[in-house]
Amino acid sequence: MIALLKRDLLLSFRAGGGFGLGLAFFLLVAVLVPLGVGPESGVLATIAPGVLWVGALLACLLSLDRIFALDYEDGSLDLLATAPLPMEGVVALKAVAHWLVTGLALTLVSPLLAILLSLPPVAWPWLMLSLAIGTPALSVIGAFGAALTVGIRRGGLLLSLLVLPLYLPTLIFGAEVVRRGASGMALTTPLAALAAITAGSLALLPFAAAAAIRVNLR
Amino acid sequence: MLLTVRDLAVSRGGLIALSKVSFALAPGRTLVLRGANGIGKTTLLRTIAGLQPAAAGQIEAASESIAYASHADGVKLALSVSANLSFWSAIFGTGKAATAEAMQRMNLTSLADRPAARLSAGQKRRLGLARMLVTGRPVWLLDEPTVSLDQESVALFADVLRDHLGAGGAALIATHIDLGLPEAAILDLTPYRTAPHQMATPGFDDAFGDAFSDGASR
Repeated sequence: MIALLKRDLLLSFRAGGGFGLGLAFFLLVAVLVPLGVGPESGVLATIAPGVLWVGALLACLLSLDRIFALDYEDGSLDLLATAPLPMEGVVALKAVAHWLVTGLALTLVSPLLAILLSLPPVAWPWLMLSLAIGTPALSVIGAFGAALTVGIRRGGLLLSLLVLPLYLPTLIFGAEVVRRGASGMALTTPLAALAAITAGSLALLPFAAAAAIRVNLR
Repeated sequence: MLLTVRDLAVSRGGLIALSKVSFALAPGRTLVLRGANGIGKTTLLRTIAGLQPAAAGQIEAASESIAYASHADGVKLALSVSANLSFWSAIFGTGKAATAEAMQRMNLTSLADRPAARLSAGQKRRLGLARMLVTGRPVWLLDEPTVSLDQESVALFADVLRDHLGAGGAALIATHIDLGLPEAAILDLTPYRTAPHQMATPGFDDAFGDAFSDGASR
């Protein structure tokens, strides 16, 4: 099990891996939005929570199709399916690997980008906390979408269309946590909802994704 | 018997490809599957490997006794030869010694640190076959194992296979090439071919009704 996680992490850091992709995209969004919107910090601070969350979500989306497609193309997925690992475990580990190289990395750099968008410093911890709690849901929902589209050539568009509606609750509650954190309001409710979505998808979706892969390998 | 197959029918894309296939594989024996292209050799192997359900009949084998090698080698191009093999030995729980021995047996030791992207097609194939050694499983299902191997490597592989059989293993091989195993039994699949366009399930009128009845029968 650990070997699979190690291999996936190693592959994502090697050439052609997904590590730099999401981070670079997130950085680009945070750099370009102030240039597009203009330097007025009041406007920027208002839209910052939403922009940061949308950027994080799209950055996650970018590398989703790699979760299973690469293993499908070179035949490793067939071999993993006949290996002594439960497919549910394979899916969960691949989602964890995806989260470590996208969600966790985005969470760690987010305060830097919050400066660019002049998000008030009081909201930075809430930004990091909401990303840390919310992005695992993005990875595991994405793994489910990737499992559904694994046999399809250039399934990236279909994958985005399938996954984006499922991402909406995480986006809404995640941005809401940051917005309330910035204005000093109570934020327990959106935070609890965000955590509930993550916990629910972590518990259920690996099983659904494993079933989808088994069907797609036939 | 390591593997017993009784009245097996396999389907491909909803059509029955082969039916009433029966054979048994004792320790130390090899069965070579023959038949024209597209007759269903790969489908039969994938069904026995558990990657797709059988349309009818039984497959009896001890749990976790089957190792499957597909057309694709499942080699990660960004990793070195030894990293590729030690990943699979970690997955199958056979340890470092098995990796070193497999590389030595398949004549890969001098290539151990080379990235798999720089291997020739034949060397990649040898790496794919070395994976069978690190699985430590008795029944090998091999799909065209000698593709892109030169004479010398075919002989090397035949030696490895003979050792595997001598150690009480068995192999089911789909191949057109004579591996130099005079004791191997040959199963010609031509008589098992079903009439073209016979449906795997009785015809259905509407997609939903079929989906529901399929779900209910499981």
